[in-house]
Amino acid sequence: MYEVLSSFAQTGGLIYFVVMFGCALAYALWPSNKSKFDDAAQLPLSDKGPHHD
Amino acid sequence: MVQTHAYNYRDNTSLYLVSGALVFFLSLALLIARYAADQAMEVQSWTFIGLAMAFLLGTIFWASNNADRNPFDEAEYEDTIVKWGVIASVFWGLAGLLVGLIIALQLTFPNIFYFPELGWTNFGRLRPLHTSAVIFAFGGNVLIATSFYVVQRTCRTRLAGGMWPWFVFWGYQIFIVLAATGYLVGVTQSKEYAEPEWYVDWWLTLVWVGYLLVFLGTLWKRKEPHIYVANWFYLSFIVTIAMLHIVNNLSVPVSLTGSKSVQVFAGVQDAMTQWWYGHNAVGFFLTTGFLAIMYYFIPKRVNRPVYSYRLSIVHFWSLIFIYIWAGPHHLHYTALPQWAQTLGMAFSIMLWMPSWGGMINGVMTLSGAWDKLRTDPVVRMMVVSLAFYGMATFEGPLMSVRAVNALSHYTEWGIGHVHSGALGWVGYISFGALYCLAPWLWKRKDLYSNNLVEWHFWISTVGILFYMISMWFAGITEGLMWRAYNEFGFLEYSFVETVEAKHISYMIRALGGGLYFIGAVIMAYNLCRTALGHGEARDEVSATPQNDIHSTLQPAE
Repeated sequence: MYEVLSSFAQTGGLIYFVVMFGCALAYALWPSNKSKFDDAAQLPLSDKGPHHD
Repeated sequence: MVQTHAYNYRDNTSLYLVSGALVFFLSLALLIARYAADQAMEVQSWTFIGLAMAFLLGTIFWASNNADRNPFDEAEYEDTIVKWGVIASVFWGLAGLLVGLIIALQLTFPNIFYFPELGWTNFGRLRPLHTSAVIFAFGGNVLIATSFYVVQRTCRTRLAGGMWPWFVFWGYQIFIVLAATGYLVGVTQSKEYAEPEWYVDWWLTLVWVGYLLVFLGTLWKRKEPHIYVANWFYLSFIVTIAMLHIVNNLSVPVSLTGSKSVQVFAGVQDAMTQWWYGHNAVGFFLTTGFLAIMYYFIPKRVNRPVYSYRLSIVHFWSLIFIYIWAGPHHLHYTALPQWAQTLGMAFSIMLWMPSWGGMINGVMTLSGAWDKLRTDPVVRMMVVSLAFYGMATFEGPLMSVRAVNALSHYTEWGIGHVHSGALGWVGYISFGALYCLAPWLWKRKDLYSNNLVEWHFWISTVGILFYMISMWFAGITEGLMWRAYNEFGFLEYSFVETVEAKHISYMIRALGGGLYFIGAVIMAYNLCRTALGHGEARDEVSATPQNDIHSTLQPAE
C-alpha cells in the first residue's frame, strides 16, 4: 500500500508539476497576452486617485 | 486632495460589527481572567482586556468625532492606516533589533548579561521575543502597511470593509503584545517561530481571516481589469500563512481557561509539520510578501515598468509551487524517511532558479536608470537588498544539500545565513519601502535628509558584513571541531571548547548587530523629521497654514 501510494505521489507529482509549469509558461508567453501584460506593467507608475462613480 | 463632494451616505455597519466583536471578546477575556487556571493566563487576559478596551474606546471616540463626515469615503484612498503601519513598523523594528543586540551580548558576555534573579531576561525567553519581533512585528507590519497601500493604488479603489482594516491592524498589534508578553512570563508551545499558545493562535487566525477578506474584497471591487503581479505575491503570502498557521498550531487546550495546550501531531509527524511551517514562514512571509514590495516600490521609485512582466508571472508560479516542498531540508539525518529528506533537498536546489529569476527581474528594472544607484540612496538600498537576496538564495540551496548540511546544521553558519537574508534582503527592502512611503503619505517633497539615508546605508551594510563573515567563520570552525576525531577514535574537542572558540566571532557579530541597530535609529529619526515636514521635506507646493505664516514673515525679517 505504502509503495503504491508513494510511487503514485512521486510519478503523479512529477507529471502535475511539469504540466502546471507548462501552463504558467504558456500563459506568460502567449502572444495575444502581450498587450495585456504591457498595460499591467504600467499600473504602478500612474498616480491617479481612486476611480469612483 | 481638493475635492468638494457633498456629504455622502455613511455606512456604519462595519463600525458596529467591529465594536460588537470587541465587546464579545472583552466579555470572554473577563470570564477567562476570573476563572484563570494559571497565573500566566490571568496576566494574558488582563493584557488583552487593557488593549482591546483601548481599541474599543478609541473607536467610539473617533467615530463620534467624525460624525459630520464619511470616514469611509470611496473617493479617497485609506492612507491613515498605512501611516499607522509605518509608525508601527519603525517602532517594532527598533524593539526587535534592540532585543537581538541584547541576546547577542548575552551570548558573548554571559557573565555580565546574566541576571538569575530576573527570569524574564533569560536568553530562552528573549530569543523568541527577538525572532517574533523582527519577523512578525516588524516584517508583518511592513507587509500589512505596504499591501494596503499597493492594493489600493494598483486596483484604483479604496480598501474594502470600512472599519475591518482597522480591526486587522489593531488586532495584529494586540497579537504581537500578547505573544511578546507571553514569552516573557514563560508561555510558549516550544515550536520555533510558532511559540504563541493556542488562544493567541486563535486570535491571530481571526485577525488573519479578516486580513484575507479585506484584501480579497479590495481586489473584488478593483477598477483595473488586470490584477498587478505585486498583489498576486501579497495574496499568496496571506493565503499560505493562514494555511501554515492553522495546520502547525493544531492543538488541544488542556483547559479552556488555561494557557497550556497539547499538540495534535507527535514525533516525526510533528517535526515535519513544524518545518513545513518553519521553512514556508521564510518562503511566504519573508519572501513572497517582500517580493511584492519589490514589484511595486522599485518600478515606482525609478519610474520604469518592471523589466519583464512575463518573467514576473513565471517567477510567481514557479516560486510558490516549489517553495512549499523545501521544508524537509531542516530534518536531514533525522527519523524523517530518507526519500522525504531528498525531496526537500531537490526542491531547495530547484528554488535557486525562480529566486534568481525574480532577483534579475528586480535589478534589471533599473536598466536605463543605473545612475539612480549613485544619486538615490533609497534605490541603492533596495537594489542591494536584491543582491543580498541573491546571495542568501544561493547559499540556502547549497546548505540544503545533505553533505553540506552535515557540516552546517546546528552551527552559527545557519544563523549567518538567516541574517544575510533577514538583515540584507528583508530589512533593506523594508527600509526602502518605508523611505518611499513616508514622503508619499505625509505629502512631503522629499525625505528630511538624503545624507542620513547614506549614513544609514553604509553603517548598516558594514554591520551586515561583520555579522555574516563572523558567523561563517564561527559556524565552519565549530562544525569542523564537532567532527574532529583523534587517533584513538575519540572526539578531539569537548563541547565547551567549541563554544570558547566562537568568543571573538560573537564579539564581531554583536558589533555588526549594533551597527545595524544604529542605522535603524538613524532611519527612525529621519522618518520622524520627514513626517513633521522638516529639512528637505519642507513642502512649498501645497502650503499648509504653518508654511503660510512662515512665508509671510520672511519679507519682514
